[in-house]
Amino acid sequence: MNYKRLTILCGHYGSGKTNIAVNMAYDLRAQRDNIAVADLDIVNPYFRTKDSQKDFEDRGIRLICSDFASSNVDLPSMPADLYSITDDRSLSVILDIGGDDRGAYALGRLRDAILEENDYDMYMVVNRYRPLTPDAESTLEVMGEIEAACGIPFTGIINNSNIARETTAADVLSTVDYAKEVGRLSGLPVVCTTVEERLFDELKDKISPLFSLQLQAKLI
Amino acid sequence: MSDKILMKGNEAIAEAAIIAGCRHYFGYPITPQTEIAAYMAKKMPKIGGTFLQAESEIAAINMVYGVASAGKRVMTSSSSPGVSLKGEGLSYLAGSDLPSLIVNVQRGGPGLGGIQPSQSDYFQSTRGGGHGDYHMIVLAPASVQEMAELTVKGFELADTYRMTSMILADGTMGQMMEPVSLDIDVKPAPEKPWATTGTQMAREHNIVNSLSLVPEELEELNFKRYDRYKVIEENETMFEEYKVEDADIVLAAFGIAARVSKNAVDEARKMGIKAGLIRPITLWPFPKAPFKAAAEHAKAFISVELNMGQMIEDVILATESKCPVTLCNRAGGMIPDPKQVLNSIIEINGGAK
Repeated sequence: MNYKRLTILCGHYGSGKTNIAVNMAYDLRAQRDNIAVADLDIVNPYFRTKDSQKDFEDRGIRLICSDFASSNVDLPSMPADLYSITDDRSLSVILDIGGDDRGAYALGRLRDAILEENDYDMYMVVNRYRPLTPDAESTLEVMGEIEAACGIPFTGIINNSNIARETTAADVLSTVDYAKEVGRLSGLPVVCTTVEERLFDELKDKISPLFSLQLQAKLI
Repeated sequence: MSDKILMKGNEAIAEAAIIAGCRHYFGYPITPQTEIAAYMAKKMPKIGGTFLQAESEIAAINMVYGVASAGKRVMTSSSSPGVSLKGEGLSYLAGSDLPSLIVNVQRGGPGLGGIQPSQSDYFQSTRGGGHGDYHMIVLAPASVQEMAELTVKGFELADTYRMTSMILADGTMGQMMEPVSLDIDVKPAPEKPWATTGTQMAREHNIVNSLSLVPEELEELNFKRYDRYKVIEENETMFEEYKVEDADIVLAAFGIAARVSKNAVDEARKMGIKAGLIRPITLWPFPKAPFKAAAEHAKAFISVELNMGQMIEDVILATESKCPVTLCNRAGGMIPDPKQVLNSIIEINGGAK
């Protein structure tokens, strides 16, 4: 993938933002040295980028994250080093934003600096198999709510349609038109389709561009 | 295209409730079950239903009482500290023989505790939770699919027996995402001639109340209620057995602990240890029969729980003290990993060979 200085991932909650953020960080790390993942999720109590903290340290990826993420402190809190995202322009950052408009409010705090610098992409992560975004129209509704909450316009769509480990290549292929329709209605490009790495070879000649995802470890 | 969708456990409960015909939801937000309320807030207005965020858990459970009195399918959801607040209402629902569905997505306790997953409300759920002689039907899902299916089942059982069904999940079950098929059969709700729907001047008043002025009558009501509980114990017990038939070491676990335990059973079998698992799906009524039967051939039982040892008491009772029963547990929001459970199995089986 080609990356601007800031890559912002937004979407309906449970659309796969965190998993994509982690994988994009690996991809970006192979291209650049000074990179970070910023976890601005104020919605989700479990399953955070913080779960990958050890892995990030090993790979030399900085994690910008609230001290209280994945703890018992049930507070919607921002990282103490939040402003290094916009102040330190030598840093390339993948931003993992909380779900829906409620999650996107947190991003609004950085809006002026992000728009002024104008070196960002903001992607809407979509999953056709999530119950509240089953078609292009409902997805557009969520997109509009997110943009209104954070005040930053999207620049592209990432199609992450999947039903977790049961996903087949056919399940992904049948969502290509859905993603295109979201793109057509919003006037934005579908920048990539993301699939679990086990499906990559089967789909690489059929969908372009295709981005391979390693999933986080399954505990149970 | 797959006919399944990808859902969080909490969303699956909410959608299944709608499928079951529930059009009234009252609640107050608390982690880790807030997605149930959020989902209902989005969906109910679109289908002519009522979503109402009450001023407290106590208000919400009494709104449930009101709608249940009128004979409609109704639910509330919360997590451990919030369910304690609902305790009085649960007792009143039982005392008035009202059907309702209550969801508890448990978190670590006691007190405000934490927001991580737990199973430490087993006693509270299976022994009542509020005051007085009563039971709730307690259903323990172990997958997102079961979160949906047992929600529908919970409404049906509640209506059939005029009592509260509780979905006893934990934070992991509420937050985890899995593929779900929502193609679930729903039996039509039975007639409710006792409901307070207005007499139309054509019948006597129906009265829904938990107060009895005559002690002999109150005793009679309690006896009758327990006759009904007996029928439920005979007919509605649900469980899953996994490799139990020849097992020396039998694990007992429900919900998320059962998923961990299943992995440990497979690992133990690879090492030549005959391990098995009994997973209660109804925690009340507790499935005594499979435990009693397994105690005839098992050498030992291990109760795997996310608490300090609560279900273990039912396992000891059900196995009639024929075998030793030990505990393998984590508490306070922690989850045992399959390795810890495997080590327990190895130890009980006589150590590493």
